[in-house]
Amino acid sequence: MTRKIPLSPKRLTFILSILALVLLVPILAGCSGGSKSETSTPTPTLAPTTTPITTPTPTSTMPAATSLTGAGATFPYPLYSKWFDEYYKLTGVKINYQSIGSGGGIKAITDGTADFGASDGIMSDAEQAAAEASHGPVMHVPMTSGSVAIAYNISGIKSGELKLTTDVLADIYLGKITKWNDSRITAINPGLTLPNADIAVVHRSDGSGTTYIFTSYLSKVSQDWATKVGNAKSVQWPVGIGGNGNAGVAGQVQQIPNSIGYVELAYAIQNNIPWAKLLNKAGNYIEPSLAATTKAAEGVPLPDDMKVMITDSANPQAYPIVGFTWILVYKNQQDQAKGNTLVKMLWWAIHDGQKYAEPLQYGSLPSDAVSKAEKEILSMNYNGQPFITP
Amino acid sequence: MRPSLVRRLLTPLAGRSTSLGDAIFSRLTLVFALSVLGILLTMIVLLNIDAMPAIRKFGVSFVGNSSWNPVTEQFGALPAIFGTLLSTAIALILAIPVSLGAAIFLAELAPGWIRGPASFLIEMLASIPSVIIGLWGLFVLVPFVRSPVEHWLGKLDFIPLFHGPPFGVGFLAAGIILAIMIVPFITAMSRDVIRAVPDSQREAMLALGATRWEVISSAVLPYCRSGLIGAVILGMGRALGETMAVTMVIGNGYGVTASLFAPGNTIASKIANEFNEASGKVFIGSLVELALILFAISLIINVLARLLVWRITRGVRESRE
Repeated sequence: MTRKIPLSPKRLTFILSILALVLLVPILAGCSGGSKSETSTPTPTLAPTTTPITTPTPTSTMPAATSLTGAGATFPYPLYSKWFDEYYKLTGVKINYQSIGSGGGIKAITDGTADFGASDGIMSDAEQAAAEASHGPVMHVPMTSGSVAIAYNISGIKSGELKLTTDVLADIYLGKITKWNDSRITAINPGLTLPNADIAVVHRSDGSGTTYIFTSYLSKVSQDWATKVGNAKSVQWPVGIGGNGNAGVAGQVQQIPNSIGYVELAYAIQNNIPWAKLLNKAGNYIEPSLAATTKAAEGVPLPDDMKVMITDSANPQAYPIVGFTWILVYKNQQDQAKGNTLVKMLWWAIHDGQKYAEPLQYGSLPSDAVSKAEKEILSMNYNGQPFITP
Repeated sequence: MRPSLVRRLLTPLAGRSTSLGDAIFSRLTLVFALSVLGILLTMIVLLNIDAMPAIRKFGVSFVGNSSWNPVTEQFGALPAIFGTLLSTAIALILAIPVSLGAAIFLAELAPGWIRGPASFLIEMLASIPSVIIGLWGLFVLVPFVRSPVEHWLGKLDFIPLFHGPPFGVGFLAAGIILAIMIVPFITAMSRDVIRAVPDSQREAMLALGATRWEVISSAVLPYCRSGLIGAVILGMGRALGETMAVTMVIGNGYGVTASLFAPGNTIASKIANEFNEASGKVFIGSLVELALILFAISLIINVLARLLVWRITRGVRESRE
C-alpha cells in the first residue's frame, strides 16, 4: 500500500486545465448574453427640478477645509458617491463617506467621529438627546427621497396588474390574509384570476431604511400594525421569510411561487420586478415611479425641522410608500473651516446635486422640501456667525 | 549575591541551557503564547462590557425568551440557539457518513490514479468562500430542496418534522448547505488520520486471514477513532459559526418549531443580519450577548469533545493492557 499522494506535476496541470475550462465556459457564454443587463452610467440631462431662491454669498473670507468625513446610511450611497465625486471635480474638496448603516451614522455624529452623519430614519428622542448633550441641536437635512415597491410572483399576473389597498397589505403582512383568492383581494381585483394558494410573505432580514419606510407606512394606515408590530429598521415580523438586502428579498420573491415582498424602487426598476399598484390616501391606485415618489412631498405640509415621514401622502398623484433620507449635522459647528465647507457642500447637494438623483433612480426633492432644507442650512453657524446669508 | 533581575528574567524556563540565545528565544515564544491568551481574554471582557445593558435588563431569561422585538426592546435568544444547534445537527447527520466513507475510500481502497485528483478536488472544495456557496445554495440548492425534496417529504406531514408549506428556504436547506461545507474538512482530516495508522496494524490483521472490511473496521478505525472524533469536532466548529451561506438560505424567521421546512435563524446569521443597523444600547447589547452565547456553546462542545476523546483513548489503553 502506498502512502504517498501520486500527484505528479503533469497530472496537476491536467486537472487545473480541466477546472479552468469548466470555470471559463459559463463566463465566456455569459459575456454575450449578460451585457444587456448591465446598467450604463446615466448621463444627467435633466434640468435641476428646482432653482435656488438666491445664490448664497459667503459672509466673509472664511477658512475652508479640503476634506470632510461622513458616515451612515447605505440606501443613498450610490447617489452620495456620485455627488461627492462630482463635488470633488468641481471644488477639489474630498469627501470621505462610509456607508456603515444609519445606526452607525447616528453613532458617528453623536461621538463626533464624523463631520456629518446620514440616516434613512428619524433619530429617536433618546438618540437626539444623547447627540445634543455634547454639541447642541442636531438637524435633519433632507437630501433625496426613495420609495418602496411591493413585488409579487403570481403566475399569469403581470407587473402593475395586481391592486392592493392599505388594509389588505397590512393584513397580509400581519398574517390575517393567508390566501391569494381571499375575498378581500378578489374584491379589489375583479378582472384577475387569483390562485387558491398560500401567500408566501417575504421581508428584509437585515436592519434597513427600506424596512423603516415600509413599516412607517403600515403603522400609519393600520392601527393593528402600529400596536402589534410598530415602526423601526427591524421589527418582529408576525409571519414570513427573511431575505438579506434588496437582492435577497427580490431573489426569494422571484423563486417562490405565490410570494409577495417589498424592495427599494431603484432595485425593482433595474431588475424588472413585477410590482403592485397601491391605493393612496386620495383614493387613486398608483404605480411606483420616480414621478410619483417626488409627488409624495409636494403640496403637503412639511414641518420646519423636516423630521417627517411622507408615507401615505395626501397628494392625489403620490405613491404612498415614500420616505426622505437625511444628512445629520450640528447647527452650531465646532470647526470654522470644516463648517464652512460642509455648508457649501450641502447647499450644492440640494440644488445642483439634485440633477443626479433621477438617473440613479432616486426621487429629487420637491421645491417645498428644498426651501425647508435651505432654511436649515442657512441656520448653521460658527460662534453665532452664519456661514452663508441669502 | 543575588542574581540581577535581568539575569533572572533571561534564565531559560527549562533551566538547562545557559545560552543567552536560548533564553531570549524561550522568553519570546512565551510572550507569543501569552498574547493568544490575552487576545481571548480581552475579547471575553469586551464582549461582556458591551453586552452588559442586555444582561442587566433580561438576566437569565434572555436564554429562554423567544421574542426579538427592536420596537419594544424585548429580546430573547432561544430561537437563535435552537436554530444554531438544529442546523448543525442536520449538517453532522448528513456529513459524517459521507465524509467518513470518502475518507476510508481515499485512504484505504482507492487506486492511485483516483486518490491524487480526488484529494486535490476535496481540498479545493474546502477553499471555496462561503458567500459563493451561499449564492449557489440560493439559486440551485433551494429550488431543488423546495421541489422535489420538500414536496416529497411533505407527503409524510403527519410527522411534525415535515409539516408546513415547502418554501425551500429553512432549516433543512441550511443543514444541507452546512453539510456540503464541512464534508471536505472532515474528509481531508479523517483521510490523514486513517493514513497515519501504522501498516503493522493492517498487516497483523491480514496475517490472521481478515477480509478488507475486517481490517478497516476492527484494526484501522478503532486505532484512530480519537483522531476521527477530532475531525468531526472541527467540522462541527465550522458549522456552528458559519454565517454568510446560512444567512442566505435559512429563511431568517425567528421562532422555535418542530418543522424542518420552517424559516429559522442561527446566532451567527442573526448578528450578521442586524448588527449594522442596530441602534440603542439594549439592542446592540442583546446582539453582543448572542455572540457570548455562541462563544459559550463552542467552549462547552470543545470541552465535551476533549472528555470524549480522553475516555475513548483511556478505554483503548486499558483494553491493551
